[in-house]
Amino acid sequence: MAYDYEKSIRPGKLPHIWCPGCGHGIIMKGLIRAMDTCNLDRNNTAVVSGIGCASRLPGYLDACTLHTAHGRAAAFATGVKMAKPEMTVLVVGGDGDGTAIGGNHFIHACRRNIDMTYIIMNNSIYGMTGGQFSPCTPTGALASTTVYGNPDPTFDIAKLAIGAGATFVARGTAYHAAQIDKLIAEGIQHKGLAVIEILDDCPTTYGRRNKFRSVIDMMKRLKDIAVPVAAAAKMTPEQLEGKVLTGVLHKEERPEYTEQYAEVIKRAQGV
Amino acid sequence: MAKKVALMQGNEACAQGALYAGCDFFAGYPITPSTEVAEVLSIELPKIGGKFIQMEDEIGATAALIGAALTGAKALDSTSGPGMSLKQELLGYACIAEIPCVIVNVQRGGPSTGMPTGPGQSDMQQAMWGTHGDHAAIVLTPASCQEIYEETVRAFNLAEKYRMPVQIQLDEICAHMRERVTLAEPGELEIINREKPSVSPADYKPYDATKGMVPPLATYGSGYRFHVTGLNKAADGFPTTKAELVDAEERRQIDKVMFNLADIQKNEEYLLDDAEVILFAYGSTSRSARYAVNELRKEGVKAGMFRPLTMWPFPDDRVAELSKQAKAIVCPEMNLGQMVREVQRVAQGRCTVAHIGRVDGEPINPGQIIDKVKEVL
Repeated sequence: MAYDYEKSIRPGKLPHIWCPGCGHGIIMKGLIRAMDTCNLDRNNTAVVSGIGCASRLPGYLDACTLHTAHGRAAAFATGVKMAKPEMTVLVVGGDGDGTAIGGNHFIHACRRNIDMTYIIMNNSIYGMTGGQFSPCTPTGALASTTVYGNPDPTFDIAKLAIGAGATFVARGTAYHAAQIDKLIAEGIQHKGLAVIEILDDCPTTYGRRNKFRSVIDMMKRLKDIAVPVAAAAKMTPEQLEGKVLTGVLHKEERPEYTEQYAEVIKRAQGV
Repeated sequence: MAKKVALMQGNEACAQGALYAGCDFFAGYPITPSTEVAEVLSIELPKIGGKFIQMEDEIGATAALIGAALTGAKALDSTSGPGMSLKQELLGYACIAEIPCVIVNVQRGGPSTGMPTGPGQSDMQQAMWGTHGDHAAIVLTPASCQEIYEETVRAFNLAEKYRMPVQIQLDEICAHMRERVTLAEPGELEIINREKPSVSPADYKPYDATKGMVPPLATYGSGYRFHVTGLNKAADGFPTTKAELVDAEERRQIDKVMFNLADIQKNEEYLLDDAEVILFAYGSTSRSARYAVNELRKEGVKAGMFRPLTMWPFPDDRVAELSKQAKAIVCPEMNLGQMVREVQRVAQGRCTVAHIGRVDGEPINPGQIIDKVKEVL
């Protein structure tokens, strides 16, 4: 029997705005399955986003949804979680939103280790504005603002998150659809700030400029570059050249922020 | 029973007023000369189970404020000059999404870093027009520690009642001077809380204004699942580009303030009955202006003072009346001409409108005001 996604979708809100071939819909389905796996009560689940194609996701989900300003999702979400720690807080957005304009909020959410799950849909481009390069656009790639090739080095989101203090960091791809919900669910169940980077494609503004002849070519790239962490452990550096590790990349236990603040309250009250 | 009185700084009075109003969430970022508001609340909020969070920057602080407000919190944020410039983006978000919250701006000089420890009143037009797009603003300008305490309570009440951000514009002098403040007993001052929806979650629309210009606001985590966005939206909260819906919403969000001026505006009128020269003054500058009025009266000059406690929406009607009565309106401000523009706009040439501006980090003294009055009369 087909999976029932519709129970989690707001009536009348589909079709979504995403282009044919975009991976965002695959990720949204993975998110819905993960929410089901975790038995999330949608009344007590906030889904917060910034601005961009990926950030339109919350509007489709039947939950407490907050579509904020560009780059600010993690900070809005921090306010929600801090004020009402009993809520499950999910943040969704793209690579530009999360790591360029929102980079400061992103690293500080990681540092605080506040119990939220941040799903970054990384398609390496600013899609909504027509394909300008983002901090995750490969060096040398073509974008509407790098027609001579991108001179910028790229962020490794997972390394950034680990360095900033996130206690659960995982990476998947839109091609490996069956893994997405497992990674997100594990992130939700983890106590602390979880970052789930999902490598994604944007055939409309990235693929066309960068010699991907079809969506299938873009998906095939995701399939080819992904190496599960367990498999990577048996590979040589030469074999790993140009590959990207997928799966759970980092997991540690560290005090969670709202629990730490609960201790502050106890100390202030002399309890 | 003896009233509880305390000697406190303006910034402390602001924090105490917030607590009286039911503030249970503070997000901010350290900046002189506003930091004491944050310091006091970092101590006091956890004592009552409230939350204090120091964010990574001023934008993040306002973001957290809005997020908290959606969970039902009564939230405060304090900042100064450059911090207020950063907050403009999300002040606009709070306007369009109709989020009740209070932002205190302790004004210093500028632009940019300017003189962080010196007083200024140079953010008065920014308070109204700083964020992009058409919107309404409620901006309060108290002038004493007692008034800061009480006006902070009023700021929360207005934010809750009109479901919008309210700004308190202090200046460094008011914020750092110490005065005796009589603290209100529980129940003594009115406390207004936002209207909650009376319809079921299934029927709830967060911007349904059919029963009043201010739609009830539900709370995240209370069984109401709704969508909030900074995009223009329809009554159900979802984005729309339909011209007639966008237009109606934009206008309603301004009209909810402009149709309730009697409830929102508040002024002090000092010796205005027979006044021929009127000082239009606010904040710490009004304290020099009051002294100047008293001195001028001793010399037989019919001087008076009009002091807005609600600066925005601007008291157009009353200032227009005064411009018919007075020979001159003199506006002392610690800026090079901000609110005087509004006075000129409203006076429409019916009387002389003069400005005394100072941006050297020193207060405007009564002598300067007296000299100017004698010059224009």
